Parts: sequence; C-alpha cells; structure tokens
Amino acid sequence: MSRMHRYIGRASDERNHQDGAAPNQKHLRRHSSFRLMIQLLAAAFFNGYAAGFLKGKIFTGRTKLFCVPVLNCYACPGALGSCPIGAMQAVIGSRHRFPFLVLGTLMLFGVVCGRLLCGFLCPFGLIQDLLYCIPLPKRKVPRKIDKRLRHLKYAILVIFVLLIPALTSNAFGTGEPGFCKYICPAGTLEGGVPLLLANENLRQAVGFLFSWKCAVLLAVLIGSMLVSRFFCRYLCPLGAFYALFHRFALYQMQVRTERCIGCGKCDAVCPMALDVRKEIAGGECIRCGRCKAICPTKAIDSDICAEREPSATCETE
Amino acid sequence: MPGDNKLFGNGAHMDTKKRRMLRIGFIGIGAVCICVGILRGEYTVILQKAVKICLECIGI
Repeated sequence: MSRMHRYIGRASDERNHQDGAAPNQKHLRRHSSFRLMIQLLAAAFFNGYAAGFLKGKIFTGRTKLFCVPVLNCYACPGALGSCPIGAMQAVIGSRHRFPFLVLGTLMLFGVVCGRLLCGFLCPFGLIQDLLYCIPLPKRKVPRKIDKRLRHLKYAILVIFVLLIPALTSNAFGTGEPGFCKYICPAGTLEGGVPLLLANENLRQAVGFLFSWKCAVLLAVLIGSMLVSRFFCRYLCPLGAFYALFHRFALYQMQVRTERCIGCGKCDAVCPMALDVRKEIAGGECIRCGRCKAICPTKAIDSDICAEREPSATCETE
Repeated sequence: MPGDNKLFGNGAHMDTKKRRMLRIGFIGIGAVCICVGILRGEYTVILQKAVKICLECIGI
C-alpha cells in the first residue's frame, strides 16, 4: 500500500471509525482525550494569571525569572513564566551576548523530555490541534516538499533567533528580537490580540508591524486548519532546538520489528506526517503517542530511559 | 541495523552506550550553562524583559 493511500487526515480518520470502532480505535480516542486534558491543563498552568486578561496587563511576579519549556509568549496577559525563545533573544541582544542560562535550561528540557513537550504541553500546539479538528478538506504536503520545508525551522532558529538579535541594535542599544518581531504567531495571538482588546493606549500605537504579524498569524492559522501541526513542522524554532537533543532524550519510542505487520495505521494518524516505522526515533516525532495507541499489534514501545538495542526499521510494504 | 547507526540520519538509531554518554554529557553541559548564566546575572535581563509588555511580541 503506498504512503499516499495510507495517509488520510487525522480528523477524517477518526470520523470514519466512530461507530463499531476496533479496540485500537477506542484506545486512540481515549488517548486523544487524555492528551487533550494534559494540554488544556498545561495551557491553563502556564497562563494562570486570569486577571491579566481582564485588566489588559501582564503578570510581573518573580516566576517570570523562569522559562517555561514551551512556546508561550511572556506578553500574554496570563503568562506566569518567560518564553524561552523570547528570553534567548533578549539575552543575546543584551550586553551578555551568549544566553548560557536559557541555553542550559533548554538543553536540560530537551535531554529529559525531547519533543514530548511539543506533543503534550505546548499551548500553541494545542491551538493547532484544535484548528485541525475543524472539518475542512485536509491537505497532504508532497513528501519531497515536506522534507525540505522542515528545514525552514532550523533556518528560522539561526537567522531570526540567534543572528538578528546579535547583529542588530535598536534605539536602546539592545538587539532586536527578530523572531518575536517579525514571525511569532503565538505572540500575536496570546499577547497582541488580548492586550489590544483590553488596552486603549496600545490600540492607538498599532502600525504596519502589527498588520504584518496579523497576516503571519492568519497564514499560520489557516495552514494549521489544512495541514496538521503546520507551525510545529515548518516554523517553530523551539521545536527545531528540541529536535537536536531529541535522540538523547530520556523518553524514547521505538518500533518492535518482530511485531510490526506493516498495516500503516501509525502513519495515517501521525500528526507530523512521518513514516513512523522509519522516523519514530528522529527529531520530527513529537511523541504524541497516537501511533502507539492505534497500533493493532502493540509494536510501538515507549519508555523512560529505554536502553534496549534499537529495533531495525520495518520494510514490510 | 548497522547502517542506521548514525546521529542525524532518518533512521536516527545510535549505539546505546553512545546515546547514554551523550545524554549525560548534555545534562552536564546544561547544568554548567545554567550555573554560568546565573553567575553572570542573565536572569535580570530575562526578568526585565518579561515583566514589561514586549512591544515586538505584540507587533508594535
């Protein structure tokens, strides 16, 4: 069976199996509900300052000393912690130049959890997952284009997060946060929109840059409705950073070759459109566990500190 | 699969010992980086940025 035929959108896949579902479909639904609950709790936890949304002001407590492990804008009125990408750009653009603290923090997050954080804790990932549930015709990006576009996030990490803050200087003598300023749709959605709705002074200061950022946000939102985890796949610099450490992460998943029957159900439900049997150990997997839940032969293992020798990739087509 | 024992290939499998050593190495480097960052006072830059409304983030 070709990949093209095997791949169907996640939402349509679940709709097709709503009644008389096989046990693995039930597992998948149960797992999806569990993951959604974790994602909602994480989003509420990272943005727990509810009063900020009403007042149009941001939280200014000491917890903002700490970076959250996910992309969550610190200009969001509810944000209790700092965005690691924003913090990294701020330090690079300051007199310190090299962001030891943020880099070390992200390295630890990356080595302990890897992209499990993207799959379970990221609020912007949750937004994308919810958008993808909107019943619109889903698009499959051709494999070759998809593979090339995935490199874009590494370019964004290097150019917008590392180089622009290091090489530019604004009126205050600090580097410009290139990613926050020109790209970050999470900042526009979580910070810009609620603050502008609640704060008259900020509304009056809006100019071309906000229009540009709204256009980027709109493009990402539409992209996320048509392509699963659009932003995570192609644009997220934090995902790119975690992908570098993903292979050394304590939490690992692998396919047990001897059990795999090559049915391709794992590929069909993968939100990152991976060839699960070949790419499950790679940096693109967000460890959402959907493949494990749907697998009819329980061929996919996940474990903390799994040090078993890796199974060979399956070639059973 | 021996051919897949590389760091950044699609197979992404690597020797278990090597993976464990790299993991410990990265945890060590991460911990050292955090200590250096704290000693350099980078947290003040982060806090100063985070407690003011980031105009770049919201597009102003």
